[in-house]
This record gives sequence, C-alpha cells and structure tokens, in this order.
Amino acid sequence: MFGLDKTDTKLLLIVAVLCLFAPFILNPFPTSSGLAQFNAGYPDLMQRFVIFGIFAVGFNILFGLTGYLSFGHAAFLGVGSYSAVWMFKLLSMNVIPAILLSVLLSGVFALIIGYVSLRRSGIYFSILTLAFAQMSFALAYSVFTPITGGETGLQLALDDPRILGISQTAGGNIPVPALFGLEMRASWDLVLGDWQFTFNAGYYLCALILLAAFYMAIRIFRSPFGMMLRAVKSNQQRMNYTGLNTKPYTLAAFVISGMYAGLAGGLMASMDPLAGAERMQWTASGEVVLMTILGGAGTLIGPVLGAGFIKYFENIFSKLNDNVLHGWFAFMPDGLENLMVTIVHPFVGKGWHLTLGILFMLVVIFLPGGLVEGGQRVGRLFRRRDIKSTGPEAEAAQQRNAAE
Amino acid sequence: MDAIILQILNGLDKGSAYALIALGLTLIFGTLGVVNFAHGALFMIGAFCAVTLSRILTLSRTTIDETQTDFLGNPLKVEVPYAHDFFGPVVGDALIDWAVPLAILFSIPVMLLVGFVMERGLIKHFYKRPHADQILVTFGLAIVLQEVIKYFYGANPIPTPAPDVFRGSFDFGAMVGFEANQIIYPYWRLVYFAFAALIIGAVFAFLQFTTFGMVVRAGMADRETVGLLGIDIDRRFTIMFGIAAAVAGLAGVMYAPINSPNYHMGMDFLVLSFVVVVVGGMGSLPGAVLAGFLLGILESFASMSAVIDLIPGINQVIIYLVAITILLTRPRGLMGRKGVMED
Amino acid sequence: MGILEVKDVGKRFGGLQALGDVNLSVQENSCHAIIGPNGAGKSTLLNCLIGKLIPDTGSVLFDGQSVLGRTPYEICQMGISRVFQTPEIFGDLSVLENMMIPIFAKRDGAFELNAFSSVFAQRDVLEQAEHMLAEMNLADKRHMHAAAMSRGDKRRLEIAMCLSQNPRLLLLDEPTAGMARADTNNTIDLLKQIKDERDITIAIIEHDMHVVFSLADRITVLAQGRPLVEDTPDKIKGHPKVREAYLGESA
Repeated sequence: MFGLDKTDTKLLLIVAVLCLFAPFILNPFPTSSGLAQFNAGYPDLMQRFVIFGIFAVGFNILFGLTGYLSFGHAAFLGVGSYSAVWMFKLLSMNVIPAILLSVLLSGVFALIIGYVSLRRSGIYFSILTLAFAQMSFALAYSVFTPITGGETGLQLALDDPRILGISQTAGGNIPVPALFGLEMRASWDLVLGDWQFTFNAGYYLCALILLAAFYMAIRIFRSPFGMMLRAVKSNQQRMNYTGLNTKPYTLAAFVISGMYAGLAGGLMASMDPLAGAERMQWTASGEVVLMTILGGAGTLIGPVLGAGFIKYFENIFSKLNDNVLHGWFAFMPDGLENLMVTIVHPFVGKGWHLTLGILFMLVVIFLPGGLVEGGQRVGRLFRRRDIKSTGPEAEAAQQRNAAE
Repeated sequence: MDAIILQILNGLDKGSAYALIALGLTLIFGTLGVVNFAHGALFMIGAFCAVTLSRILTLSRTTIDETQTDFLGNPLKVEVPYAHDFFGPVVGDALIDWAVPLAILFSIPVMLLVGFVMERGLIKHFYKRPHADQILVTFGLAIVLQEVIKYFYGANPIPTPAPDVFRGSFDFGAMVGFEANQIIYPYWRLVYFAFAALIIGAVFAFLQFTTFGMVVRAGMADRETVGLLGIDIDRRFTIMFGIAAAVAGLAGVMYAPINSPNYHMGMDFLVLSFVVVVVGGMGSLPGAVLAGFLLGILESFASMSAVIDLIPGINQVIIYLVAITILLTRPRGLMGRKGVMED
Repeated sequence: MGILEVKDVGKRFGGLQALGDVNLSVQENSCHAIIGPNGAGKSTLLNCLIGKLIPDTGSVLFDGQSVLGRTPYEICQMGISRVFQTPEIFGDLSVLENMMIPIFAKRDGAFELNAFSSVFAQRDVLEQAEHMLAEMNLADKRHMHAAAMSRGDKRRLEIAMCLSQNPRLLLLDEPTAGMARADTNNTIDLLKQIKDERDITIAIIEHDMHVVFSLADRITVLAQGRPLVEDTPDKIKGHPKVREAYLGESA
C-alpha cells in the first residue's frame, strides 16, 4: 500500500490506529477510579505526544541514518515556532500558512547551519551545531527581542494587523488559531458510563501530520537516498571511493530533519500561539536526542515510541507526590510504608529528570538499540521457545531484521 | 589603557575557570580518549563541596541565653555553632569565615573518590565504544548528578561568601601607578586567578617532572606502545581521571564566592568549556589553558558597552563565534595535534 | 603512452626523501605490480596515485588528466577504483545493499535525492546487483550482514563493488595482506579471472611475491623511494639488483 512493503504498511497502520484511537487508548481508567491519574488522554498532552513524535522522527533521519549527532536541533524548533506566531500576527489565524512558513524558514535556517557544520564530522560537528544553537538562543533572548519577544517570548496582541483575518473578535479578544474556521482548541467529549473521552481538533490535525511525516520517513528510509545515508554512516571512506560526494547527501538529510523540527515548532505554536527562546536552548536539543536514543536510533518506530514514552512519564511522574505515594503503599505496615515513600520520593514529582537521566544511562549502557531493541529481544525470547529449529538462513534473516 | 587592563582583569576569573575545566577535559580526552560531558557536573560538585563544608561548620545548637532578653523580657534563644564548642569562639568563627578556602582540603578526597568511582564504574566500559555513545552516557550522568544535587540543595543559588579579608575590592590602578579609582578589582577574583595559576602550574609540573606524569604523557601520545612496555597504563589513567576530577572540583570550590552555586552551573560551564577545548585544540594541554584565558578575556572585552553599542549582542555570542571560526579554519584548534578526533 | 603515467615524482618528508625520480607507465589492459621492501615508498606512491598526497615534483596522469589534489570521489569518477588493504565495505548493510550502492552511484552520477522510491523498485539496479553477486559466487549470502562475512568474502565483495562500476583501472593495495593461504589463493584466482575476462587495467601494490608473480605482466621494483628495475616477472626473478635489494633477504 502507498508503495510500501508489507511490514512497513503494517507499521504505518499501527501508528495510524494508535493516533486515531489515542483518546480511548490513553484513557483506559474511569474518571472516578484512583487510577485516573494514569490517564493521558487529554488534548494538551496528546498534542505534545505527536508533536514531539514528529520532532524525533525528523531528528532520526539525520542521526539514525547518517550518524551525525546534532546537539542543536532545538534551534529549528524555535525558528518554526517564531515563524508560525509571526504568521498569526501578520497574516491570519489559519494554521496552514503558519505551518508552511515554519517548515520553509527552518529549512532555510538548516541549510545555512548544515552547510557550515557539515564541513566537520564527529564531535566537531556536534560542537558546531551546539554553538550555532546556543548562539541563536542567546540572540533570540537579547538582541533579536523585536522579532522574538526576548525574555517574555513572542505573543499575539489585539492590535496585530492580521491582514487576511481580524485583529480582534467581536468580543474584543484575540482570535484563536484555526483551520478554515475549525478552532484548534475545539473539543468534543464522549461520556460512556464512567469514562470520558475527549476528541480535540488540534490533536487530530497534529496526528494527521504525524502520520504524513511518519509515512515520508518510511519512504526516505527505504529509498536509495536513505540507503546512501546509511552507507555514509557505515563507511564514509568506501562511500568516497565509490565516486559519490557524500556532502550533498548529509546536507539534504540535515535540511530535511531541520524541516521536521520546524514543522514540530510550527505545530506547537498552532496549538498554543506563543513562542519563547527557551525552546531553542540546548536542553531542548538534548531532549530530542534522549527521545531518539531511548526509543531506538535508526529504527522507524523508535523515535515515536521514545517521544511518547518520555512525554507520558514526564507527565505522570511529575504529578506524583507524597500523598499519592502513601496511597500506593498504604497496604504495608506503617514503618515500611514510610520507608518506601522515602525511597521513591526523590525519583518522582520534581525528581522526574533524575529518573530520566538514570533511565537514559541504563539504555545507553545495556540497550544501545533502545526500546525497539528491548522489544525485539523479548520477542526473540518467545519465538525461540516456539520454534526450536532455526536454520542458518532464518538466523541470518533475523539478524537482518534486528539490524533494520 | 585603563579600560583595557580592566577588561583583561575582568576576564581573568572566568578565563581561569574555563582553563581549569578545559584542562581536566583535555586530560581525560588525551589519556582515556573519552569525551566527558559530565565534566561540568564535577565543577558543580566542587562548588557544592564549599557549600557543604560551610553548612557543616555552621551547624548549630540552640541554647537559651539568660543574660540577654528580647524586648518582651524573655530570655533570648541563641544559635551556637558546634564549631564554637569544639574550637572555642575565636577559632570557630575563623573556621566559619574561611569555609571556602578550607573546602579545598575537604574537596580533594571527595573529588578524587568521585572521579575514581566514575571511571571504574562507568567510563571504563566506554573506552571502546564510539564517541557518540560516550557523549550520550556522560550526558545522562551529568543530568543525574545535577538532579541529585538539586534534590539535596534545592534549585536556588546558595550564596557562599569568601573570607572576610577578601571581600570587597581594591584599587588595582592606583597600585600599579595609574590614576586612582579607574581600575577597581575585587580581591577574591585576584585570589581565584592566583589559585588557578597555581593549580595549572602544579598539574604541568606533575606531568613534566614525575615518572607518573611521563608515563601518562607517553600514553597520551601513543597508548598502545606504552601498554606493550608492560606498564599498567589503565591504573594510571584511573588516577589521571581522579586528578582531572579534582582539578574541576577545585575550580568549582573557589568559584563559589564569585557565582553562588546552583545545580545547573555545571552545564552552563560545560558547553563553554567544550568550546574552549576545541579552540585550544583537542588533546593539547597548553592549548586548553591558553584558550581558556583568551576566551575569558575576549568575552570580557565583548561586554564593554562601547563594543556592545557597536555590535549589539556580541557579548552573548562571541565565544561561539570564535569557536565556529576556529573549527572551520583551523580544525585542530590553536595547538592541537594532527589526527586527534578527525574522523 | 600508458593509461597511468607517473613522471619524475618526488616527495620529501622533512629530511627523508620518500620518493625520488619515480617514472612509471602502466599500459592499458595489463597487470602492473609495484613491489619493494618495507619503507621503499610504496604507500607514499599509492597516496600520490590517488591524489591524497601531492608530490613535490613531477606529475601523475590518468588517461592524460592529472589526478593530483582531486577528491576521492573525483578520482573514482575518472575511472579508478580502489581496493583497500583491509576490505572497506558497508558493514552495517546487507551484502545485496552493498552491491547496489556502487551501481546506483554509477547510474545516477553525483547527488540524486531519490527519496521516495523504494530501493527494491529500481529493477535495473537490483538485477545488475544480483547478477554481479552471482558472478562472484556471493548470491547465497545476499541477505547476510556484510560485517558478518569471512575476510575472503569481504574482499570478494569489495572487488565486486569496484568492478560493478566498470572502472578502467583497478588499484589494489596489498589485497592479500593478513589472509590465510586458502583465501590468498582464492583472491589470486579471482583476480586472474577478472584479468582474463574483462578489459581492465590492474595496478597492484604488494609485498607478497607469490601474488605478484602469479598475476603481473610487468613489475616495478621500488627501493629506497626509487624505481630499481621494471621488467617482466621472469626477468625480475633472476635480476641481480632485485635479489640484492629485496629477494636477497628471503632467498
């Protein structure tokens, strides 16, 4: 289907189903139950899942395929956000032109930064991208205040021109981002007994775009272009002596992944029309690196999983406090209960980053292929039990699968 | 002229910190071939050693002093530091006042231990892994270390003053024969610079004049050959990692009065220190020191109002601009060797 | 006039004269070997031939064009394919993919952003790759991870990758270094077969006498950076100067 082979079509369909039914899947617990805190099916969080999914999928096109580790990808996210907000200020509140401009401008930005940074490789490349991103951050924070809003960030105002739209609504408010009249914040609730499911227009727009982005990523991975990129990662020396200048390939990958980041930034601003410099900071770049590695760099589904995983647990863990913990361990004797709460306490709530850091280290040390590799290992364990006799052919095929 | 000297002086303290961190980074990189993103965290841990010692010294018990009363006539509750009980009030107060310099002694064993544990427990397993993996795992470690510190010390900066005698400033200009009140310089920054120079000198002397240093330098040049000579290079490299950690830690301890320690100071310095290492040339110790001071001073010049008026925002980006320029035109940095990290 | 002309090439490293007055002419469709004891300047000469090192004096012409200062991909586009001392293949990719890449490179020339068609939809490339693998007896390994192959097979694949681009000159740098005897003989047979079946010039830089004498039409002996003699293998074998400089040690 769509020019994909069977496994890839299956993968795309799985992601499509997950996206479509996310409001159900993420809200498995009735609202009144104690487990409702583990629900994640509200619009704001679901939007973040897919937006960061797009960001990570794009980052993976660069890092996963070419092995170039960029530590400055958040700069493109920031550029995307700023462009979208400017579009809302100047043109109209329609999200389409805003998103288009985000992708375009971040692509141009990525072309410039990539052209310069790709003159070096290895850690020098990482440091160049880091330097560029930090520079963008510092400038957005200070000198470029007229364009970026500086410390307060870029916000909409009542007196923005919006030449194709309205400066303010009849009620004297700032209009909200919309897709041809469909407001991004519009939601419908479906109440089924004790369950409540929310369907949000903005989320479904993001999800559709994620699907498109994911589909494009599959096509790129399976294309001759993608194969060339993997070849660059595998052996640059041989690639050069194959008569190919590798630089246009890596640059194209860099620009494409920068455009993905810009798309994510534009969507972020479309969901919530403001943009701040902190979106460009290197910690934000670090986050997308974490997502990609955690999920599995170089795999198709990995970055999406990684983004979802991190955003979900960030949300859940940050909400946990001592009261909740006491609730959990209430079945234990008092002393033990307090002990358990004391032990768990540093890792939840504000300590979420500690858990994330530890988790990330464990993945890098023991599971360099990320969650996807973990899943495959578990899968293989089961399969080996089922089929005892595996010939060398099947073994090789399995190795090949694992490599992909 | 005055302004120039002032800017050079202003750049010295930050330059010293850059130089010390970059020195350790380069040592680790040169000896172990590991790109350590957790090095900034070591600097931060050093600064928190100062905070910790100062907290230990000011641990107090509350007593009721019958001789004094508050305005209601009740006996006054007084906090008496245990230091007074142990050392008497005069020595006790002096100890509290000198907490930061004393923390040097306290931090050395702590930092060495942290360094050894880090190298044996984690870094060791990454010698043969790609640089990207090393960056990633130490990046994770940096997050963990900074979150642990945040957990114990909170998110706010903790003011940690220098000893009383070093507080305030002096008229450096008048001392060296310029007009008075033109070049005012805080005492502690001068102390910091002298301290940094001392440490740098000590590290170089150690590498230059001891057998241990000789082996390490040889190992930096050609690890395999030294290994073949039957010298246990790994153990020496562990010690070297400890020393690099201690250098970063000491830089942090003494920096505490200049910049109140907070949990993310390590990361702030790390990014800049990497730039310093690259500018100096990967694997070159003198390069790291030189580049540290140069960039510190350059940054200070870029913050002059005359310069900012000319090129707005230059103070924010000067270091990155220099780094990008150097990387593109002289990828080996100012004093880097051929063939280091060029793949 | 040969296809590869080395004229008066000299190169100094500090006080060391690595190469001096090297003149060499590789005739089209011949197999020319360059041998010499360690330190004779073989690698330096090789680096000059591929444009990596620029000699202080002299010129290196391939088909009338200078190769000096060109990037590796330009060298390859000129028609020189290089086989490395340790096989350089794409270890993370499958054998079939390894085989397809040079064919893509040859077909599409420089950069082509072919990002939306599947690799396996490129029938012509796929067929060529399969054909080449079959010819090289690698067809049964086509789904293997290239890094998992034996050293001999890796060498075979590397040579296949080079040949798939129909180069005019195949440049081999000690192709049997570190190989077991059986693998060495296999490689020699393979190269002989290539020599017989294709219109291709082979230049080989080698240490191993056995390899050189079974393959070469002409041999240049290099000693201390200078060409000592150039002749047919039979004449070289009996040459007193060569015995003295090189074979003497082992004979």
